[in-house]
Amino acid sequence: MTAVATDAVMDYDEAMAKFDPVMGLEVHVELHTATKMFCGCPTGFGAEPNSQVCPVCLGLPGALPVVNEKAVESAMRIGLALNCEIAEWCRFARKNYFYPDMPKNFQTSQYDEPIAYGGYLDVELEDGSIYRVEIERAHMEEDTGKSLHIGGATGRIHGADHSLVDYNRAGIPLIEIVTKPMVGAGERAPEVAKAYVSALRDLLRALDVSDVKMEQGSMRCDANVSLRPKVGDPLSSEQLAVPLGTRTETKNVNSLRSVERAVRYEISRHAAILDAGGSVLQETRHWHEDTGITTSGRVKSDAEDYRYFPEPDLVPVAPTREMVEALRATLPEPPGQRRKRLQSDWGYSDLEMRDVMNAGAVELIEETVAAGASAGAAKKWWLGEPSRRANAEGQDIVTYAAALGFTPAHVAELDALVTSGRLNDSMARQVLDGVLAGEGTPTAVADARGLELVKDDGALEAAVDKVIETNPDVAAKIRDGKVQAAGALIGQVMKEMKGQADAGKARELILAKLQ
Amino acid sequence: MTDLPTDLTRATAAALADALATKAVSSVEVTQAHLDRIAAVDGQVHAYLHVDAEGALAQARAIDERRGAGESLSALAGVPIAVKDVMTTKGLPTTCGSKILEGWIPPYDATVVTKLREAGLPIIGKTNMDEFAMGSSTEHSAYGPSRNPWDLERIPGGSGGGSSSVLASFQAPLATGTDTGGSIRQPAAVTATVGTKPTYGGVSRYGLVALASSLDQAGPCGRTVLDTALLHAVMGGHDPMDSTSIDAPVPPVVEAARAADVRGMRVGVVKELGGKGYQPGVRARFDESVALLEELGAEVVEVSCPNFDYALAAYYLILPSEASSNLAKFDAMRYGLRVLPDGVDDPSAEQVMAATRDAGFGPEVKRRIILGTYALSSGYYDAYYGSAQKVRALIAQDFANAYEQVDVLVSPTAPTTAFKLGDKLEDPMAMYLNDIATIPANLAGVPGMSIPSGLADEDGLPAGIQILAPATKDERLYSVGAALEAALVDRWGGPILDRAPELGGVAAAKGA
Repeated sequence: MTAVATDAVMDYDEAMAKFDPVMGLEVHVELHTATKMFCGCPTGFGAEPNSQVCPVCLGLPGALPVVNEKAVESAMRIGLALNCEIAEWCRFARKNYFYPDMPKNFQTSQYDEPIAYGGYLDVELEDGSIYRVEIERAHMEEDTGKSLHIGGATGRIHGADHSLVDYNRAGIPLIEIVTKPMVGAGERAPEVAKAYVSALRDLLRALDVSDVKMEQGSMRCDANVSLRPKVGDPLSSEQLAVPLGTRTETKNVNSLRSVERAVRYEISRHAAILDAGGSVLQETRHWHEDTGITTSGRVKSDAEDYRYFPEPDLVPVAPTREMVEALRATLPEPPGQRRKRLQSDWGYSDLEMRDVMNAGAVELIEETVAAGASAGAAKKWWLGEPSRRANAEGQDIVTYAAALGFTPAHVAELDALVTSGRLNDSMARQVLDGVLAGEGTPTAVADARGLELVKDDGALEAAVDKVIETNPDVAAKIRDGKVQAAGALIGQVMKEMKGQADAGKARELILAKLQ
Repeated sequence: MTDLPTDLTRATAAALADALATKAVSSVEVTQAHLDRIAAVDGQVHAYLHVDAEGALAQARAIDERRGAGESLSALAGVPIAVKDVMTTKGLPTTCGSKILEGWIPPYDATVVTKLREAGLPIIGKTNMDEFAMGSSTEHSAYGPSRNPWDLERIPGGSGGGSSSVLASFQAPLATGTDTGGSIRQPAAVTATVGTKPTYGGVSRYGLVALASSLDQAGPCGRTVLDTALLHAVMGGHDPMDSTSIDAPVPPVVEAARAADVRGMRVGVVKELGGKGYQPGVRARFDESVALLEELGAEVVEVSCPNFDYALAAYYLILPSEASSNLAKFDAMRYGLRVLPDGVDDPSAEQVMAATRDAGFGPEVKRRIILGTYALSSGYYDAYYGSAQKVRALIAQDFANAYEQVDVLVSPTAPTTAFKLGDKLEDPMAMYLNDIATIPANLAGVPGMSIPSGLADEDGLPAGIQILAPATKDERLYSVGAALEAALVDRWGGPILDRAPELGGVAAAKGA
């Protein structure tokens, strides 16, 4: 059974004419530390169910947590990269509620004393403009186990026969990053939401703190959306003065595209309700990837009371300022800034840079250039055959190349063979085929296949003379100044030379003889 | 070897340790003697929830073999011990006196238990307790109360009444306890035994089923101050598995107990602990003990800790709050009892949780879960939990002020001698008042000890004196305790427990 749309929705443009959207995004990131947040269990994804557990993460009576210092360090680095303040002293807190996949029936989290707070992330939109997302806080907590509902059609608990719980995930370190209300985005709200999650993902990847795989749940997004009447431009003071509407929280939106779609859907749904004079119910919503709609989850009411209190089993976290500054020094260049720098270093157009980004080849090109190739050649080779094949295999270029053992050094070597004049372009393509087929390094492939431009100018000159002689009409045109006609002769020369000639040199010779 | 009695169960742990070290006696003999004693008297006392004869003898045999092979062993190696049922023991049932954990066999040892095993103490069994350590009498044990060997119609104290009655009836020379508001000290007082609540963090809490995490502290129980010190040295020390554990060596408790010297020490009598509500006989024995300390060369002054008056109220907000959260894990999902609700065809996980908790928890546990849930609720948090934390800070300040003037504080351990079973069961407030003198130490995290001060004139039952020291200065308890104990035993002409009635006509030497 797939969810059936029963909610009315308003056309998006109409909704935007009448309402101003405000968003708040909560992103949960699983850290890829070797061990869990409060015990020494490994954190690898996809292990045999309940094989990565111990008394602590199973919540057995008597077990006690001990904080993973590496996780605290990652949390602080994330906070710093998001331009946050780092707390001088903060505690963990217990969030109390009952759920079968939560071993202790409380989650060890942080409440009013987060490790990082008050930051921002500048997000570049498609048109190159910047939207600043204000960050409320980033705090540490532990993940829950995972319930698997067996029987029933939806995989949800409703209608299931029985449920199984896998506690491997219980206790994996999580960082929850919460934005302040995102206002002023207007009709671009869905795009802003997506761009923010995307920028955050790039940042976390650059920090090397998480796998950030949304499809595996190592990065999860909850999107809060509310609407208020539109009274002016999104950023006008009169619009910003309008009180916020009632929000809904759409849980576990697990792809970039879904973030955009879910926000857009909720805007349209809220708009229909409000326009009909109704009021939005404050609740959590489930996102349905297949149908592109949300359905009602649990109603958030005053009855929901997590009874937070400071976790007495843990001592406060009190990073020294020296420690914070030492961590700040380990921060990578912010992804946006890095992208701009590389684009300028490489001399790419915006379009070329976007192609490289979309292909996921930035790092490969960077390494190739570092290995001595020109930026243009590096792009040409990576975005050519290797990219095409990776796409056909449904893999990203990095994984694909790594699996083949095809490296930036190979590309740089290939480029060097061309620039040194040993290979021409078409020969280089053959060499690339050989390298991708695992025949060895570019030089080895060229040697094995006997690919080398003929260096003997005498042979080339003889071929040129022969082609001029057999094509008097074309030769006449060139003599008359139609230089572009030389192409036809070059092709024939190359044929004479069985491809093993430098086309540039052939062209020079032809023109020298006919002008 | 000196004067080991023919009945090995009457020997102190220190004497047994000496005899074992010189191979005058084997651990198997000592362990078997206690197993025989258990078989003879525990039917009347009900101190044990579980006896592991086979396991204890196997451990005893292993120790004897290692000793025979010339291995150098720790001081208490071969001396059997009883473990409070709140500590997890791998392969041995651990119920915490609750139905909800009936049948649960932990897959791991508490750090304290690991230390006992490593030190070579055969674990003879698990002792009874009030359910999840909530109570002062063991009457809240789901498996029935333990009885005071001084009078089987009376309570042995609680929650550690199983451990205290084990010691007072010679069913083990040593026992472990946990003390959240007095659960080691009050049972010691009403059975004429010794018990120490170490500094918070001095003994690992890993593997102690938590009642109130910020108050719980495991500690040693014995019949003499030296025995208790020897056990303290084994149990204590830093544990990386417990974040609140103190990263420092165990204070020199054994040395202090052996020196037994109070000369020049300043002793403060806490004005607020000992007035109204304290039984005259308890008060009289306390006053005598204080006078003795003065004779022994201590300087005695009265000290005021005005905020102690609010300790009980603060305690009964903090404890239930933490307990309500700590006990949430008992939900029938992973271990322990599972009860299906009546008349529900296809119960949900939540319905099973509710039915199990309803059937598995006793009334006192439910009372405290409800109290704590309420105290933490949004809108009440500041008034209850928040205020209680402020009181806690004030009490710590009272202690700090007092310790500027004196080295240790003293008070009666409990306001009365052992009351009759059933007397206070229907009146929680009266039950809670039993811990009025012991609770401040838990709120402030400072160490405390109870030793026997004598028998009250009006009922002939044991009374206790409590000694309190600043945090991490646990050795002071043993200096004062051992000095006072020696003077009192001298005055009594022998250990006070010699005056306890023999149980049900069982000859003391039976089985020896």
